[in-house]
Amino acid sequence: MHIPDGYLSPSTCAVLYAGAAGGWYAALKRLKRELLSRVIPLISVFAAFSFVVMMFNLPLPGGTTGHALGVTIAAIVLGPSGAILALSIAIAIQALFFGDGGISTLGANCFNMAIVGSLVAYALYRMIAAGAALTSRRRVIAAGVAGYLAVNAAALVAAIEFGLQPVLFHDAAGAPLYAPYRLGVAIPAMMLGHLTFAGLAEAAISAGLVAYLQVGDPKLLCRTSGLPRGAAIEAAELRPAATSLRRLWLAVAALMLFTPVGILAAGTAWGEWSPAQLAHAISLAASARPPVQAVPAGLQRLSTLWTAPFPAYAPAFVRSRSFGYLLSAMFGTGILLSLSLMAQRLVKRWRGATA
Amino acid sequence: MRRGFLQSTAVSFARAIARAMLSEQTAQRRGLLQALDPRVRVVGLFSLVLAVTLARKIVVVAALFAAAAALALLSKVSLSTLAKRVWLVVLAFTGVIALPAIFLTPGHPITPSGPASITAQGVHAAVLLILRVETAVTFTTLLVLCTPWTHVLKALRALRLPREATTMLAMTYRYIFLLVETATQMVDARRSRTVGVLPPAEQRRMAARTAGVLLSKSMAMSNDVYLAMHSRGFGGEIQILSDFRMTMRDYAGLVVFLFAGALAIWMGR
Repeated sequence: MHIPDGYLSPSTCAVLYAGAAGGWYAALKRLKRELLSRVIPLISVFAAFSFVVMMFNLPLPGGTTGHALGVTIAAIVLGPSGAILALSIAIAIQALFFGDGGISTLGANCFNMAIVGSLVAYALYRMIAAGAALTSRRRVIAAGVAGYLAVNAAALVAAIEFGLQPVLFHDAAGAPLYAPYRLGVAIPAMMLGHLTFAGLAEAAISAGLVAYLQVGDPKLLCRTSGLPRGAAIEAAELRPAATSLRRLWLAVAALMLFTPVGILAAGTAWGEWSPAQLAHAISLAASARPPVQAVPAGLQRLSTLWTAPFPAYAPAFVRSRSFGYLLSAMFGTGILLSLSLMAQRLVKRWRGATA
Repeated sequence: MRRGFLQSTAVSFARAIARAMLSEQTAQRRGLLQALDPRVRVVGLFSLVLAVTLARKIVVVAALFAAAAALALLSKVSLSTLAKRVWLVVLAFTGVIALPAIFLTPGHPITPSGPASITAQGVHAAVLLILRVETAVTFTTLLVLCTPWTHVLKALRALRLPREATTMLAMTYRYIFLLVETATQMVDARRSRTVGVLPPAEQRRMAARTAGVLLSKSMAMSNDVYLAMHSRGFGGEIQILSDFRMTMRDYAGLVVFLFAGALAIWMGR
């Protein structure tokens, strides 16, 4: 997900540098409330740890491998401010000293992975693990789900940045000047890889690390546990955590399988109207006055921005075909993962029977 | 044969160390870039990266690519190193991304129309993207290869990057190698005790365990570092020595870089 130089226009880079700078400033200001002399070595060593974890080649179900980002464990151990700074430092080192990832796109990479990734991971972990004991299995699942969705949120933001390039920056003949695909292609193309490999790698390492820390070093989980500090440490010493991650895989699979449930609800989601639906809604709302025929010009123009690359993939009952395509991808991934788990169980049973 | 977690992770670690070593070696050579003040190198190469991203014409980006190759030769960086480390990697990665654009970009078809006809705009977009990324990454790699990391840091300090940021960058860079070494030892120790191929689930557990132990060690180390800094009187105030001196040659280099960048931006509008 490291965007190299040349994929984003300089103005996009400038906007994302500004966004990232805001995040860095807020994070540093928040951390400075603690002792700065303590914060600097903490963030530095954690950034080095994130850098090293990014080099781990994690075996994934199905025989593939993936690299984790390490943003989720940073958010869980350090909190969002620390994670934003540690990941940004790791990304900057990759760009400035190892030549991985662009210099002009450094702001974009930090914005997507360090800021969006950390905030999503932290919010989801806190939400799912709220009130759970430090050694609770729920914390392991929370870390896995947070990791999976944080990486996908970061990838989605990157895909939107890519997808806006050809719309905003093209020459007189219409040839795109930077990343060439519109949102309809950029989002599915980017998300497929992250819904499968990268997301699962992050989920596996985050959940595995939390499970390890519950047994090996529970104090590291105290900072963001939401529990009173003394009680959290006491609880940490009570019982060992589970070692199997099968429940996590089942939770991720269930999460993906159930994603299309939302679209069974009647009507259109609020704010996701097509121009025709909006015109109808406006005329209903203002029925005392003459019905409005025209929708806002900007909406009419932008409504063609989102076009499905492979409309046949979208289920007929989904109104937005691209959205349906994404859901289909998630659904498909979920089925594959479930099948893989079932096959694994069958093979194990068969092996047990033959032994 | 497919490698498991232990082998492939050990290879990743070794590759990172090798890359850092290559940079250290190349930075010692007596070349054009190495002779310039690091601040001039950082500002000059950043301005050329900016010019590459701003230029809208293929011919201008191609000229900048030629300039990058010439700069590499003058700085004693072999083109085969660049080809292996940058050009082929970028071509493989960006090429795969850019290739479908020649069919998917709407525009004037230049092949007989059919379900997948190539458009002029598509070819232009794909060539421009590949060339742009190749050129920008070459400039960045030249900076990395020709400048010791301590000089990059000092140059960033001179460019008014906050002291906290440069201090954290410097400390992180040092600890990366310490942690890579620790992780390599852990991986090697486990490899020497492993016979056969472990099932993927066990490999994932091992990865989590390795990362977990590394995390515990890192946090303990950060505490030790804090205490060591504290014992030497560090209270959050960062003092930095700056011993760079600009010579006439450096000013001339800066003018050439900035002029080339401005010219490329103007011609590539």
